[in-house]
Amino acid sequence: MIEIKDLHKYFGDLHVLKGIDLNVQKGEVLSIIGASGSGKSTLLYCINGLEAIQKGEVLVDGVSVHAKDTDLNKLRTKMGMVFQQFNSFPHLTALENVALAPKIVKGKSKAEAKEIARAQLEHVGLGDKIDNYPSALSGGQQQRLAIARALAMEPEYMLFDEATSALDPELVGEVLDTMRLLAEEGMTMICVTHEMGFARDVSDRVAYFHQGIMEEIGPPKQIFGEPTSEHTAKFLANVR
Amino acid sequence: MNFEYTFHWRPVMRKLPDLLEASLVTLQVSVLSMIIGIVLGLVLALLRMNGPKPLAWIASAWVETARNTPALFQLFFFSFGLGAFGMHLTPYLIVLFGLTFNNAGYLAENFRGGFQAVPDTQLRAARSLGMSAWQSYTRIIIPQVFRIVYHPMTNQLVWAVLMSSLAMIVGFRELAGETQALAFKTFRIFEYFAVTALIYYAMVKIILGISRLIAWRMFRY
Amino acid sequence: MNEPISFFSGFGPKDLWFLAQAAWQTLIISVLSISAGTVLGIFFGWILSESKIAGAITLGFVLDAFRSVPLIIQLVLFYNLFNVVGLAMNPFWAGVIILGVYTSALVANVARGGIEAVGAPMRRAGRSLGLSYLQTMQHVVWPIGLRAVFPSWVGVALGVLKDSALVSVLGHPELLKVARDLITRTQQPLLVLAVAGAFYFALSYPISRYAAHLERKWQS
Repeated sequence: MIEIKDLHKYFGDLHVLKGIDLNVQKGEVLSIIGASGSGKSTLLYCINGLEAIQKGEVLVDGVSVHAKDTDLNKLRTKMGMVFQQFNSFPHLTALENVALAPKIVKGKSKAEAKEIARAQLEHVGLGDKIDNYPSALSGGQQQRLAIARALAMEPEYMLFDEATSALDPELVGEVLDTMRLLAEEGMTMICVTHEMGFARDVSDRVAYFHQGIMEEIGPPKQIFGEPTSEHTAKFLANVR
Repeated sequence: MNFEYTFHWRPVMRKLPDLLEASLVTLQVSVLSMIIGIVLGLVLALLRMNGPKPLAWIASAWVETARNTPALFQLFFFSFGLGAFGMHLTPYLIVLFGLTFNNAGYLAENFRGGFQAVPDTQLRAARSLGMSAWQSYTRIIIPQVFRIVYHPMTNQLVWAVLMSSLAMIVGFRELAGETQALAFKTFRIFEYFAVTALIYYAMVKIILGISRLIAWRMFRY
Repeated sequence: MNEPISFFSGFGPKDLWFLAQAAWQTLIISVLSISAGTVLGIFFGWILSESKIAGAITLGFVLDAFRSVPLIIQLVLFYNLFNVVGLAMNPFWAGVIILGVYTSALVANVARGGIEAVGAPMRRAGRSLGLSYLQTMQHVVWPIGLRAVFPSWVGVALGVLKDSALVSVLGHPELLKVARDLITRTQQPLLVLAVAGAFYFALSYPISRYAAHLERKWQS
């Protein structure tokens, strides 16, 4: 379980997250929506310990992410993360991209790491691309590669930071399908997204962020059907 | 106009083995200055980007001096300049240190550009997979920087070979120094320098050829 | 004269003046060879860009040779060649000519890059407006292409400024030659080197900063 308690985050004087309280249960799919600059991506970075926080606490399975004595590298293996930019490692083949972390972080043998990588690439539908370099892959394929790379660490949580925002429209579908597949397999997921269709159809709960505050959270039916906050209503009216 | 000069190539040809041997010295000092220069250049680049103030300042002074003064001036510093402190380096060390100083300065700028060209998000992605800072740099960032600076590095090696000819002025007998010594002994200056020019040309072409071959083997992406 | 005359004497104000004059020589040699080399180099670059195959194997080969042989070797070689063929000239002009040709080899590469950077579509656009070849060159290719490679040209020019120090091997009293003579006389190498270095820095650094500034400005 991921527990977030009264989380505050500043960039200099800028108050980006103003006291977030949020729990995500095992097996849950949570979508976070909101305008850009509302702090939703920053929240993911804080959960993964890629950003320091100024107040509050983030607990992953009871371990505090920002405590001094926490082994962040170890904790991060529990959380896979997929970014807006594809971030595939350009100097490694698809197989090497996926196999690297299991090998050097988890200490798996070369053969084992390769086996895991092959399986995960099959999983996301890139079984025929294992020897390609990222430069030979489309944006959608690179993003699926990033998902496979994260899955290879056998994470218990997956964090998606606007995974489809940088893609050409015709490539969005294949990545959303892969995310949907993960959700069906029972992966715990937090997805910052602009894809309202995905948020409505796949998530168990949807949270709306507005200027560093979580305005409201609830089942998709309620958020999209009868939002209680006028900010939410306005935002949803605009994106449709 | 007098055309009374007659070319004599035979004495030069007889000394060709000496010249070829001296060109190995040229290669040796250039490559060594390059290897040390790469290490120092990497350190200078990192210090300039995120070292503590005084060290960053020293690194900047190094880089700007190397880039804004003649290489020969830099050699003079290692000969006369250090002489003022009672340090008298051998001609070999003067050339080696001078070339290394220059290489490090130019390479530092290349490396800095290389580091800036690799997006920050690569580091984030690596860290998000649980890699340590060291692993992220050695496995993800530096290999990409290396690819970006590969061609500038090759050019710098060529430049180091050409620059090493300044050794002639400080009395070290690599190819240019050897040529000068032989030429002025026999007064066949033109002939000697013409042959030496050809040897330099060949060396540069061989270096570029090998570099292209390595790049082709190494960078498959 | 009251002053005792000694072979070794300290570094005086007069020596500073010597160095300043020598720096002036360095500047003159550089300006002359860079100007001549640039005009010649742009011309060569244009030939290279227009006559791809024939140009590359003849002119391209010769220019490449100038870039692949140390300048100091070229200086000694051609200075002696001039003597041999009876075109003896003083070190100053020999230096300017050799340095100028060397510069043209470097500039040719840069200029060709600039001309080729202005792709065929852009030229066709020029021609489609009814501009002649020369008009297209003058109003489209030069302004865009040369501007694109201006920073590289500045790099070449600064390199030549520093390389002009090598004319000292021919015996012309440019900055570094005079500095070396002064070191022998004054036995104050650090001071002399510092002053000489400061002159080079003063000539080179502002230009390199200005070029970097322009490059940033043009990029945005």
